[in-house]
Amino acid sequence: MSATGEEMTQQSYIQHHLTNLTVGEGFWTWNIDSLLFSVGLGMLFLWLFYRAGKKATTGVPGKFQCFVEIIVEFVDSSVKETFHGRNPVIAPLALTIFVWIFMMNFMDMIPVDWLPSLALLAGVPYLKVVPTTDVNITFSLALGVFVLIIYYSIKVKGVSGFVKELTFQPFNHWAMIPVNLLLETVTLVAKPISLALRLFGNLYAGELIFILIALMYGSNVALSALGVGLQLGWLIFHILVITLQAFIFMMLTIVYLSMAHEDH
Amino acid sequence: MNFNATLFGQTVAFILFVWFCMKFVWPPLMNAIEERQKKIADGLADAGRAAKDLELAQIKATEQLKEAKVTANEIIEQANKRKAQIVEEAKVEAQTERAKIIAQGQAEIENERNRVKDDLRKQVALLAIAGAEKILERTIDPEAHSDIVNKLVAEI
Repeated sequence: MSATGEEMTQQSYIQHHLTNLTVGEGFWTWNIDSLLFSVGLGMLFLWLFYRAGKKATTGVPGKFQCFVEIIVEFVDSSVKETFHGRNPVIAPLALTIFVWIFMMNFMDMIPVDWLPSLALLAGVPYLKVVPTTDVNITFSLALGVFVLIIYYSIKVKGVSGFVKELTFQPFNHWAMIPVNLLLETVTLVAKPISLALRLFGNLYAGELIFILIALMYGSNVALSALGVGLQLGWLIFHILVITLQAFIFMMLTIVYLSMAHEDH
Repeated sequence: MNFNATLFGQTVAFILFVWFCMKFVWPPLMNAIEERQKKIADGLADAGRAAKDLELAQIKATEQLKEAKVTANEIIEQANKRKAQIVEEAKVEAQTERAKIIAQGQAEIENERNRVKDDLRKQVALLAIAGAEKILERTIDPEAHSDIVNKLVAEI
């Protein structure tokens, strides 16, 4: 339980688990662990899918190809149900978001102490293994989506169309322009913030509960036994949460982008 | 909630990953899926067409069978007719032949009778001459008295 050599209180244990491995100072701090795991998992996803796509046959598919195709089909049908235009970006974007976020969330399934303890043995003081519990990761994903929302809004409706959308809705009267602008700006900005915070909050809370349950191992036998049961229960429940969060992020991205394509 | 440069790192990774997925992952997978869907659709269409073809072929076969039966019946009927005709012809021919043979036989019988009559007449003449010789006790020279003999023959 005690991860570092020094005496650990429960508070410092939790604190240790929630601290990133960082390089740099101030704003120019890089969360090495988050970046490493997120980029590593993203590359793993792309490599697996790229290989499947390269080997894809139009005949009888292999088991792995079937698995990949099920995911691709699932994403594709989700996109087609919601988005009725032609856009070559949205479907691959949705696939990347879904699988990547799922894989990053899945790091939560690994028992909380394994990887940080291993890192300690290797001389790395801190390791936060779930990238989606890092607000920077979720926000940069959401900001990417936000940029695309604005880009497609302007591309489809033109600058004037986009401005009109911000100023003449929901009240179509010139006197209401300031109110409209305020409302629509909040609506617009709420999109990426809600996307990022929803994912971050769910995963952060989930991770925290794993850590809190793990604290029970430190006390007596009865509590430790209870902790094993709770850990298992939370893990099974969390399988639902991580899949759902990945799906929600993907679905909302599609919905937001299709809204950006709609002309009012 | 401390924002830092990780944001930029992750954004760059995000852009690169989406770009890579769009360029190298999505198209081949989607192509494979769509092509297979087309293949399956074609296969199903082919199967449907084959079933229809089979049905048509069966209907055609039944029709042809019916037609063949009708033709066979016609041929048998014709053959029967022809048989009757041949038998009839043979009968007629046989009757003609019979009549011919009978006529020939009658003619032969007539000839034989005439020949026998002539022979008989000649022999009767000879007998008559022999009788006459006996009566006259004198030889009748057939050369010298041929006129008498011939007269006699004609008379008999």
